[in-house]
Amino acid sequence: MIAALILIPLFGAFVAFCIPDNRWRPVVLPVVASIHLGITAMLLLSPPPPSPGGWIWLDPLGRIVLLCVTLIFALCAFYAVGYLDCRQERSNRILCMGVLACLAAMGLVTVTQHLGLLWVALETTTVFMAPLIYFNRNARSIEATWKYLLICSVGIGLALLGLLFLAYSTYVAHRDATLLLGALIATARDLNPAWLHAAAIFMLVGYGTKMGLAPLHTWKPDAYGEAPGLVGALLAGGLVSCAFLAILRVYQVCLASGFEIHFFRKALLGLGFLSIAFAAVFMAKQADFKRMLAYSSVEHVGILAIALGLGKGALYGALFHLLNNALAKGVLFLSSGNIHRMYNSKTTDVVKGVLSRLPWSGGLFLAGFIAVTGSPPFSPFISEYTIISSAFIDGRYWIGGFFLLFLALIFIGMAMTVLPMIMGAPPEEIESTGYHDRLLTVGPPLVMLCVIFWLGIRPPAFLVAMLLDGAVLLGGMP
Amino acid sequence: MNTFADQLLVLVMLINLVMLGTSRLLFSIRAVAVQGVILGLLPGLVHPFSLHLAAIMTVVIIVKGIVIPYFIGDAVHKARIRREVEPFIGYVPTLVLGAVFTALSFAFAEKLPLAPEHEELLFVPASMATLLTGFLILTTRRKAISQVIGYLVMENGIFVFGLLLTEAMPAMVEAGVLLDLLVGIFVMGIVINHISREFSSIDTSRLRALKEE
Amino acid sequence: MTDTIIHLLAVIIVPPLLMGVIVKTKAAFAGRAGAPCFQLYYDLFKLMRKGTVFSETTTWVFRAGPVVTLAAVLVASLLVPLGRHAAPISFSGDLVFFVYLLGLARFFTAIAALDTGSSFEGMGAAREVTFSCFAEPALFFAFITLARLSNSLTLSRILTHVTPDVWLAAGASMLLLVGAIFIILLAENCRIPFDDPNTHLELTMIHEVMVLDHSGPAFAMILYGAAVKLFVLGALFVNIAFPFSTGNSILDWGIFIAAMLGLAVAIGVVESVMARIRIVRIPQLLVGATILSAFAMLLMLR
Repeated sequence: MIAALILIPLFGAFVAFCIPDNRWRPVVLPVVASIHLGITAMLLLSPPPPSPGGWIWLDPLGRIVLLCVTLIFALCAFYAVGYLDCRQERSNRILCMGVLACLAAMGLVTVTQHLGLLWVALETTTVFMAPLIYFNRNARSIEATWKYLLICSVGIGLALLGLLFLAYSTYVAHRDATLLLGALIATARDLNPAWLHAAAIFMLVGYGTKMGLAPLHTWKPDAYGEAPGLVGALLAGGLVSCAFLAILRVYQVCLASGFEIHFFRKALLGLGFLSIAFAAVFMAKQADFKRMLAYSSVEHVGILAIALGLGKGALYGALFHLLNNALAKGVLFLSSGNIHRMYNSKTTDVVKGVLSRLPWSGGLFLAGFIAVTGSPPFSPFISEYTIISSAFIDGRYWIGGFFLLFLALIFIGMAMTVLPMIMGAPPEEIESTGYHDRLLTVGPPLVMLCVIFWLGIRPPAFLVAMLLDGAVLLGGMP
Repeated sequence: MNTFADQLLVLVMLINLVMLGTSRLLFSIRAVAVQGVILGLLPGLVHPFSLHLAAIMTVVIIVKGIVIPYFIGDAVHKARIRREVEPFIGYVPTLVLGAVFTALSFAFAEKLPLAPEHEELLFVPASMATLLTGFLILTTRRKAISQVIGYLVMENGIFVFGLLLTEAMPAMVEAGVLLDLLVGIFVMGIVINHISREFSSIDTSRLRALKEE
Repeated sequence: MTDTIIHLLAVIIVPPLLMGVIVKTKAAFAGRAGAPCFQLYYDLFKLMRKGTVFSETTTWVFRAGPVVTLAAVLVASLLVPLGRHAAPISFSGDLVFFVYLLGLARFFTAIAALDTGSSFEGMGAAREVTFSCFAEPALFFAFITLARLSNSLTLSRILTHVTPDVWLAAGASMLLLVGAIFIILLAENCRIPFDDPNTHLELTMIHEVMVLDHSGPAFAMILYGAAVKLFVLGALFVNIAFPFSTGNSILDWGIFIAAMLGLAVAIGVVESVMARIRIVRIPQLLVGATILSAFAMLLMLR
């Protein structure tokens, strides 16, 4: 069953490679995505036991990330059919194959319990995402691709070194190097502190680069800005979640060790605050709305890191926020892709009055903005509220206070870009690009919006239970 | 036997310095290939022989010593570029920085407690020094190809440390790591090709369209 | 006592022969018969018999230059043990004295060149001093490494301490040291790839351009001084790179002379197969040598 989760997307990639017709090839995506969604649903309803060697196990944390990945991918797959229909001038073979290969690798990230295998899968996503960023084939996108490829490869290389340090700390402790999560957690108390410390630093930096934590986020605005909206949604919703899962694994080991966790939490808090501070500064007066979304992503990984750093009650908020962030980013990136198609520009001095030219996409973008900045009634409000209230309950008033301050700054900065863009009067002398809203390009973001609305009003019981299970694994209150 | 491994590690560190000092692109590609071959030989010297080990050694030598340098050389050939490295800062300062980094990695290695059987070996300083050299090449060289070489040197540094754990790492993970490296370099080669077509140069300092205003 | 006499004789007689062997090797590589091995002796005798011309613009500094240079390198030669026999003069800390003697020789060559007021000679002096700035740290690092190895500060002790056993125990750092000292040897003696002793273009010269104005016995002293310097540094190199000792005093002297001649052949080979590197790249190579010997020290200290 779990093998199908990885093999079916790979088989889909092969089929996409074989189909010669540019018009029909994207249809593979929703087909594979639907099967993937179905398998995921079955796995979540009746989780299988761990595999004999302990390598493969869909634990609660993996389940949450798998849910994020499959949801965002399924909706992006349907969107892709509509989007690629407007982009028939380019071959979409590499895009379809790359996306499916990434799905397979992301699936592997969520189910594996072996940290080495997790690293391999995560590095695979890095490599396969690179050609997707270059879909537009111009000078700007090649620059973004190069920066993304190099910075992420180097970052993830550091994570590998951290991983080896971790394995060596087990070797020093009891002559038997292992990277299996279960064994690591069971023996974490005996691990050599110096090596574990070095391992935690390197892995935080490495996976933090992949996730886009400041100050290692520099590839993010470029890559998100130049990639098609569809790829941006997958990067911000899928890859970020996978990288976050990798950090969660390190967190689990540090927590089990009992001594390393204090430093790790402090480091996460520091990087988290740096991220939202960077986002607040660069979001204001941002002239390129896709880059603005990238900084919004930096902000949200910052929030995730802070929530992890706070621990306790905030952990539930962090896991919930992971799902909310993925979906809200999906809404924004997909609708921004539509707007980009319509105006053939992504700078706000050209793009004005979207609501009157593209009422659906404009409305979705506006709603997505409201959701992503943490306003009710959408679910990011709930998760951010959980994190902040947990900070205040713990008596960490400064952290809570600054957190609120930065969120307010970001809200203002983002509104200054988004509102004129959506509301204002459309420019007169703009050429028609032939794009118009239709079901396949508006439906998927609309569904995402409905989901976060639903989660914001009344999260379903099974999801709450799953999130609580996950929080327990991270040392939160049961 | 272990002292021989140490001599090879010293050689690895010397190759780092050679790579920092040379101005010829093709020479540094060859140097990184030699480094790869040495890395492939090392596991045989520190661990008792086994089939798993022999397989790893063969694969490492083929991948790091032959295939990857071939990819990079091919990219140089296709991009039709001048065969010079073109650093941002001169050769002498980078060389001195490389030496300082090497000294620092010795200092760093002192801080970490090694298992008794690895105490005398140079693996940790060699690994750190190679990693830092990779960083140095990555950040001080203008050409995209040099940056790929820097990345490769960095990976070699990580690999040196991994050698201490060769027996502990499952073969599947080792293979996955190498395969990722291979595909990564392959994709980088393609991207370099596109960069040279788009900009008529692979000078990465020209890649500066994307920034905050 | 016999050893001291042999030492003095070797220092006085052998150096010009080394130069001759180098030239002969290069000629062999080029397929020529070449000048005889003893050519430099003939040249020296010829120059000694000639008169000297001093430019009117020069002062006593110019005349003192060759004398002080030769004296300094001759004293330096008394500090280095030859053929596993302790040197005639040795005291604690003489390695610093040794380096400064070489520095004194260089200083007087340079200042004599400056004293002529010729722009070419000034250029040569500037280059010589610059490059030796880069070469000196390498030599010091090498000495520190050896001193640490033997726990002593006298040249005789630290050089005779190196034995095949030391090589087996610390092979890597010894190899690095040998590489570094060979580079210093070539650079200090103005051999290819640093400087071409046969060049005829003042613009590319380093050492030769500084001695253009000397003639007669003064020039003979300069040529002889250069040969002794090669001998001294070569002896240093041979002590480290070829640390074999039979125990028989006379046999050791024979081995030493053979090793020196072998070194001369090696230098000749290097000069034949390499081209002179561009002047801007010279500091890079010398910094490389410094790094090699610093690295050797690092490995030793560890």
